[in-house]
Amino acid sequence: MKYILQRIAFYAITAWAAITINFLIPRLMPGDPVEALISRYQGQLDTSAIASLQALFGLEENASIWSQYTDYWSHLLDGDLGLSFTFFPTPVGEVISQSLPWTLALVGITTLISFLLGTGIGVYSGWRRGSWLDGLLPVTTFISAIPYFWLGLIAIAVFAVKWQIFPAAGGYDNSLVPAFDWPFVSSALYHGVLPGVTIVLSAIAGWILGMRNMMVTVSSEDYVMVAQAKGLSERRVMFSYAARNAVLPNISGFALSLGFIVGGTLLVEMVFSYPGIGYQLFQAVGAKDYPLMQGVFLIITLSVLAANLLADMAYALLDPRTRKEA
Amino acid sequence: MSVTATDVAVLDDPPTPAAAGRARFRFLRGGKTRTGLLILAFFVILAVAGPWLAPYDPDAMSDQLLQPPSSAHWFGTTQTGQDVLSQILVGTRGVLFVGFLAGILATVLSVLIGVSAGFLGGAADEILSMLSNIFLVIPGLPLIIIIASFVEDTGDLLIAAVIALTSWAWGARVLRAQTLSLRRRDYVEAARATGESTWRIILFEVMPNLTAVIASGFVGTVIFAVLSEITLAFIGVADISHWNWGTVLFWAQSNQALAQGAWWWFVPAGLCIALLGTALSLINFGIDEFVNPRLRTATGSSRKVRMRVGFTPVARTTAPEKTAPGFTPVARTTASAAPGPAEEPESPGTPSKEHSA
Repeated sequence: MKYILQRIAFYAITAWAAITINFLIPRLMPGDPVEALISRYQGQLDTSAIASLQALFGLEENASIWSQYTDYWSHLLDGDLGLSFTFFPTPVGEVISQSLPWTLALVGITTLISFLLGTGIGVYSGWRRGSWLDGLLPVTTFISAIPYFWLGLIAIAVFAVKWQIFPAAGGYDNSLVPAFDWPFVSSALYHGVLPGVTIVLSAIAGWILGMRNMMVTVSSEDYVMVAQAKGLSERRVMFSYAARNAVLPNISGFALSLGFIVGGTLLVEMVFSYPGIGYQLFQAVGAKDYPLMQGVFLIITLSVLAANLLADMAYALLDPRTRKEA
Repeated sequence: MSVTATDVAVLDDPPTPAAAGRARFRFLRGGKTRTGLLILAFFVILAVAGPWLAPYDPDAMSDQLLQPPSSAHWFGTTQTGQDVLSQILVGTRGVLFVGFLAGILATVLSVLIGVSAGFLGGAADEILSMLSNIFLVIPGLPLIIIIASFVEDTGDLLIAAVIALTSWAWGARVLRAQTLSLRRRDYVEAARATGESTWRIILFEVMPNLTAVIASGFVGTVIFAVLSEITLAFIGVADISHWNWGTVLFWAQSNQALAQGAWWWFVPAGLCIALLGTALSLINFGIDEFVNPRLRTATGSSRKVRMRVGFTPVARTTAPEKTAPGFTPVARTTASAAPGPAEEPESPGTPSKEHSA
């Protein structure tokens, strides 16, 4: 219990740090981005939008940085992230809440698949070191060195342009109305195949390597040898003795790599014009839509922290040593 | 936490064979590392000589619109008739410059923070580890995108600084763990007892033993920096008037190269990224295997032996396999051990021989 409380405290501090960074970034920037934006939009910006911009950059007159900071927090706690310019006058919160489910589904499913598959392959290749599976390692190294978005581009070129098996862009068929019925869900799944496979391919290498290296280390431990000497079946030794212990660092590594995977997913969404949060970020960057960018960063960070907390809890369940300390 | 290669590093430090002087650079040997270094050298040459090697001006337009690869244009041309090969050659410098600059900056940061945290301990450690853990969980790429898009002037220097600022944490964490395990070693205590100053101990007693870890952290950061910078250029955050591989991809994407089937426009840049990344990873594997001999993949004569539980084959290059079937020798490290009595299998009852550390 103490462990969990410690972790919660840590994530609370991290969340505070992220929010404060988010508050400070626009204020630390040189120049006058608001003027640049106003001229960029050529008078199409509403006065309320300009006011919210000035608040964002801390350019309001007679407001100390501290009162700006407290204002920022009170807005945040009300769930008010400002107004988006690209979708003016839609609040940023609304834009994000529409796209968040897409990203969550994409990241969630692909991460689960690549974790299970990668760990499984890692168990085998670590156990049977020197077998043909070792030949797989250079391949996975090569794939993991490819940026997510480029793999996505290739996937589109081959499977959407050349062979037109899968759609090149979007999250669902545009003729359908989003609803929780079969035509829509199947269309969403169909559109998700290419982005999903891209992410799994890119992410899996890390799991394979991590698990393989841990298996190699663990399988020379004494308890594995004892299990072998007792005459247990190889399967049993491999899974119940070696893999069971080797998987722990992979789970804690899971928490740490999540931020990286989410970053990669954002890129895949950009390439596939997938209606998730990464595509919104892409559009926001293109249009210099600062409130939307900041909102997206905040939501991404908070979700990653929440997922990390879940991973830590899973770790506490799996590893009795963390519970014993309490 | 995870017991990765680097955690075991100091414990498993292999005893240096005869050529003790060259031992520090032993990780440079081995096929993987050598392949990695060769590819890296190739790109470094391109980075230096790229602008002179480029057959055309990368910005020059011509009437050869969207041509597939030919003898005149090895990598084809873009929609405005620019030569893709020239763009890639000229762009190599920017990629490597940002990658290595960010790597150096981040490594300096991580050494400063990680080693001081590990060595000083106490409250300083608490604060510094908290700081690196915070930077570790905050997703890096979105943060880089946000910072870079707020800045007006996004030159190479700034991009490198932003990447370094967001990517030092992992190295700092690993270094802290290593330093912790080193600072209570006898030889450090001895140095302290003889009255060496803290800085001298850190620089001359602790740091040399962290070389491999620092090197591997540096290479890892360069990989991350290259990927991030190309990503920034690709999504149009970085300065797109400056050529690098990401800029090539940016123009390919915004001119619908995919829909027009112009594969030559985006394939070469991606392959270069992947090659460079693979080269750096191979170098890193070499360092990891140097640090943790267990990870070495079996090659040569030991390939015939089927790896089994408890069997710890350790980079045995010369000595033939002499062990009785079913027997499991433990932690035999020296590759050049003379065949003889030392190679006789010890009976399980006797304590196994430790190599002199």
